[in-house]
Amino acid sequence: MSERPRSFYILSAVFGLFLLFLYGPTLTIGILSFQGPQGGLTFPMRGTSLHWFRDLFEEQAVGDIWGSFRRSFALGLMVMVTTVVVSVMGGLAFRKKFKGSGILFQLVVASLVIPSILISLGVGLMFSQGGLGVHWATSGFGSQLTWTLPFGLLIMFAIFNRFDPAFEEAARDQGASPWQTLRHVVLPIIAPSLIGVALFGFTLSYDEFARTLLTSGSYNTLPLEIYGMTTNVTTPVIFALGTLTTVFSFAIIGVFLLTLRLTQRRQAKAGSDAGKGV
Amino acid sequence: MAALSKANILKSNNLTGWLLAAPLALVLALFLILPICLIVVVSFWQATEFSIIPAFSFENYEFLFGSSVTYTVFLNTFKYAAITWAITLVIGFTIAYYLAFHIRSQTWQTVFFLLCTVPFWTSNIIRMISWIPFLGRNGIANSALLSWGVIDEPLEWLLFSDFAVILAFVHLYTLFMVVPIFNTMMRIDRSLLEAANDAGATGFQTLTNVIIPLCKPGIMIGSIFVLTLVMGDFITVRLMSGSQSANVGRLISNDIALLQYPSASATAVILLITVLLMISALLRLVDIRKEL
Repeated sequence: MSERPRSFYILSAVFGLFLLFLYGPTLTIGILSFQGPQGGLTFPMRGTSLHWFRDLFEEQAVGDIWGSFRRSFALGLMVMVTTVVVSVMGGLAFRKKFKGSGILFQLVVASLVIPSILISLGVGLMFSQGGLGVHWATSGFGSQLTWTLPFGLLIMFAIFNRFDPAFEEAARDQGASPWQTLRHVVLPIIAPSLIGVALFGFTLSYDEFARTLLTSGSYNTLPLEIYGMTTNVTTPVIFALGTLTTVFSFAIIGVFLLTLRLTQRRQAKAGSDAGKGV
Repeated sequence: MAALSKANILKSNNLTGWLLAAPLALVLALFLILPICLIVVVSFWQATEFSIIPAFSFENYEFLFGSSVTYTVFLNTFKYAAITWAITLVIGFTIAYYLAFHIRSQTWQTVFFLLCTVPFWTSNIIRMISWIPFLGRNGIANSALLSWGVIDEPLEWLLFSDFAVILAFVHLYTLFMVVPIFNTMMRIDRSLLEAANDAGATGFQTLTNVIIPLCKPGIMIGSIFVLTLVMGDFITVRLMSGSQSANVGRLISNDIALLQYPSASATAVILLITVLLMISALLRLVDIRKEL
């Protein structure tokens, strides 16, 4: 291995500072959420305690946090499942180069770049003017999909760009029907990447704020609840909540990444049986 | 005969293609096209204090273009977008360059890359709030600067200022630059760099003559993300400026809070046109589907 150039050490330092910049603030509120009961929003720490975490569990103190958490979690799962299914179907569709696929793709890109407040406003108006009433599980669900589906679909494009069609041809040559090819060849091969799509679907929904603002109705999701707290809560209880949801997000990301590794390993182990005979 | 079966295959490709794409098309039709059309329609409506009335009037647009606030706010939005874009580009490129060309072990490359992307999957609002203890009047930055003797009294402009807004934007959105630029860098054929080296190029010349031109698609995609996110933002500006600064998104959300949907819609239409013009200009320079 050759000698590292000097630029390597400079850039390493820059990268270290960047990581500090990314994670420093989050760590800070993590520490501050253990403030003593008399403590404020900044240092110094006035003792350490679990006081503010305990506050979170007393519903009257800070609004309906647990209800909003349950709703966000349920909505995240709904969006996740829908995103995976619709993105896989969409990814398969775009391989067919059907008529009109160009326009549909432009719509997908538009969905990604249109400011989220427009979706929020438009969907909110549509449901309230249409007399349906806004609700997180209907209008909120739909407007979040306009954000998660483009990501899911772009990941699917990336997956299929690297997909070797020889596998499908081989299956077809052996007499597999299109459905059998999909079920026993294509899906198992792309399965690990679908975990990535699921991760995007869940976390983007769980943390989404702008698109749910005007579409969730009278029951808040967790980001909306936290946003409400920023205007009227001036104690470290908001840091305690921030820390808890961040830990939850990290746990979710960890679970997804672990599952990804496990499926990849299983795939590698099963590997190719070429030449082993039947 | 051959031509006929080819036509049949094309036809069946069209059919299965559309069947598979139907759910996607349905979601986009219901929650993207229809709402945007509705916004355009409502932007011509009129409003009283309590309700909105269907009409066809240019009142909202006349008011919008007649008010000097509109121009100031749009200018401010462009200012945020331009500054954030420049900073995230420089930082994002540097980080991507380090990961792609200086980290040799693939495991470490993956680990570092994940470290850069994990915050994307956590809550933006919490990441904004977490600057408060750092930037506040008695925050970490001020205490540190005071104790080092750099300043005599706390800086007031750290929190609730344009500085805080830009800082938060950079904090939130730099990874949208890192990921696409890193992606294009990883596709650069390493033998090109060796060739540049053999031809006697310095590291800096290789950077400006080989790497940067080849990274253009990644830079474009990153720029599209950062620009649209900043242009459409309303929450970062509100939280980080302490309601002291405004951008277009806040103009819209203020109208919404006052139930002035028609005027909110008119502003939204103008914002949409602005963003789409910017993006279509950028998209001329890159083919997204090829770059994935």
